[in-house]
Amino acid sequence: MTNSKETQAVKTPSTMKVIWQEFRHDRVAMFSLVFTIVLILGIFIYAASLNLEKVTNVNIFAQYDKPGQDGFLLGADEGGRDGLKMLVIGARNSIMIGFAVTVISSLFGIIYGMISGFYGGWLDNGMMRIYDFINILPEIMIIIVLVTIVPKYNSWTFIIIMSCFMWLSTARLIRSKALAESKRDYVSASRTSGTSDFKILFREVLPNLSSIIIVDTTLSFAGNIGIETGLSFLGFGLPDSTPSLGTLISYAQDPDVIGSKPWVWLPAAVIILVLTLSISYIGQALRRAGDAQQRRG
Amino acid sequence: MWKTILRRVVIMIPQIVILSLLVFILAKFMPGDPFTGSITPQTDASQLHALKVQAGLYDPWYTQYVHWVVNMFHGDFGTSYQFKEPVMAVIGGRAVNTLWLSLFTVILTYLIAIPLGLLAGRYEDTNLDRGIMFFNYVTYAIPLFVFLVLGLWLFGYVLGWFPSGGSISLSANGFFGNALSRLYHMILPGVLTALLSTTSTVQYLRSEIVDQKHQDMVATARAKGVPERKVFSRHILRNSLLPIAAFMGYSITGLLGGSVFVEQIFVYPGMGQLFLNSISNRDFSVITALVMIYGILALFGTLLSDIIMSIVDPRIRIK
Repeated sequence: MTNSKETQAVKTPSTMKVIWQEFRHDRVAMFSLVFTIVLILGIFIYAASLNLEKVTNVNIFAQYDKPGQDGFLLGADEGGRDGLKMLVIGARNSIMIGFAVTVISSLFGIIYGMISGFYGGWLDNGMMRIYDFINILPEIMIIIVLVTIVPKYNSWTFIIIMSCFMWLSTARLIRSKALAESKRDYVSASRTSGTSDFKILFREVLPNLSSIIIVDTTLSFAGNIGIETGLSFLGFGLPDSTPSLGTLISYAQDPDVIGSKPWVWLPAAVIILVLTLSISYIGQALRRAGDAQQRRG
Repeated sequence: MWKTILRRVVIMIPQIVILSLLVFILAKFMPGDPFTGSITPQTDASQLHALKVQAGLYDPWYTQYVHWVVNMFHGDFGTSYQFKEPVMAVIGGRAVNTLWLSLFTVILTYLIAIPLGLLAGRYEDTNLDRGIMFFNYVTYAIPLFVFLVLGLWLFGYVLGWFPSGGSISLSANGFFGNALSRLYHMILPGVLTALLSTTSTVQYLRSEIVDQKHQDMVATARAKGVPERKVFSRHILRNSLLPIAAFMGYSITGLLGGSVFVEQIFVYPGMGQLFLNSISNRDFSVITALVMIYGILALFGTLLSDIIMSIVDPRIRIK
């Protein structure tokens, strides 16, 4: 009996357990986590109850209503649309696009980085040359050009175009870690005993990279929300029919609106700030959890 | 030393070729041709056809590509539809504005980042360090455009300390008047962009210093009785600051990407604003030229960084 207790005591805690410990000891991280979940859930639930057509209907009599006027809690914009409802729908769209881009680009980046780092040699060399080249491209400009010349433009084409450029940092990070892992004894041992490369990569190396992947994906999610809203702000992001937080902030490009009608764009700016700050903080806490030297818990 | 630089320059040649091919392909997908802007109801269709044949628009793509590249090396990017002027003349004046703003921002970035990184590394694990790391986390997380819009609103509109747009005021005259007015217009966009660009430099400098602190040579210096101040200024700083110089080139690349946002928000007449303006007016010859110029500038930025790095750090030189 005592024997089994001892083995339990030296067992390495699982990744999830370590993360949970870290969050329990870091109040700010815990707060960010709960806050982000509540905010995102709230946005999705409220947005689901709204009718997009009704919300985006123009009502000229309510143009630039002040907050509180005519029952608009956050006022109304140029088209007399309810600021709060537009905000919720915009936030939902931005979160969904950011999420989709993160999933696609991270998946691609992880696979690219793992293959490049694991095999090394000429394959790695070639793949890194491609990486280097895409990395120096002026990505914002090329995305904007692609957005304007692509036929049948919609949210999905936008997600694909953005993903084409957002996998780079993930690939680089994963490559360096996979390179280090591929030189470890367990990989050689597994290879000697005849395990296929595919199995070594995805069943044995991948789990060892899981904490890095979780951190990187969280941080990319915050970053991608920032880039999507930025492109929408310039007018080259989501199509006009799908409002984004960036579209709402772009109303601030009108000198009259930015100065004297802040209720039109300020709430959207605050939501972006709050979202990116809290998601990044969660990412930082996850990073600390993944690194035994930095752990607070 | 020279071998490394030469090798690095040789690597750049295929990159420029692929970049130009990519830009050429993008340009071919853009609607319109060099005569679109000059078509009027009176234009004769057969005459237009003859002009197009003469300009080589019906040639095979590789002939067109070579033609385009040769023209580009002569500084000829075609004519802007919108301004009815050679593209280079349109870009020229804007490029100077972007250059000034970028230079100003780079200097500010280092002026802010280096002291912060030094202090955070020197006083590791104190409240000062934690404060600087918090600042770093904030600058990392906030999207540039949101920060710029908020800054413009607060300092340009609510407080009214700075002009809300443009690069120079109409009433400015004389050399000093012009220079001062230019500087005054650059302060707000420059400072805001610089604040957000400090993240990687602060982070890198801090971890370099923390690393150096535990080196044997630092322990030796301390054991010899070198005062703490001198250990930092002579032994640690030298090794930590040099790699920062190499970031200079990369920061050019980063700034160019941001220039689209900065110039649009502050109505600053530079290349980034020209780019967006040309996109909305479908002025494709200007767009092609700008993408090409930005790409080449980014290439030279990384080249510069790699060269500085090889001068500073002998280990990465190729024998």
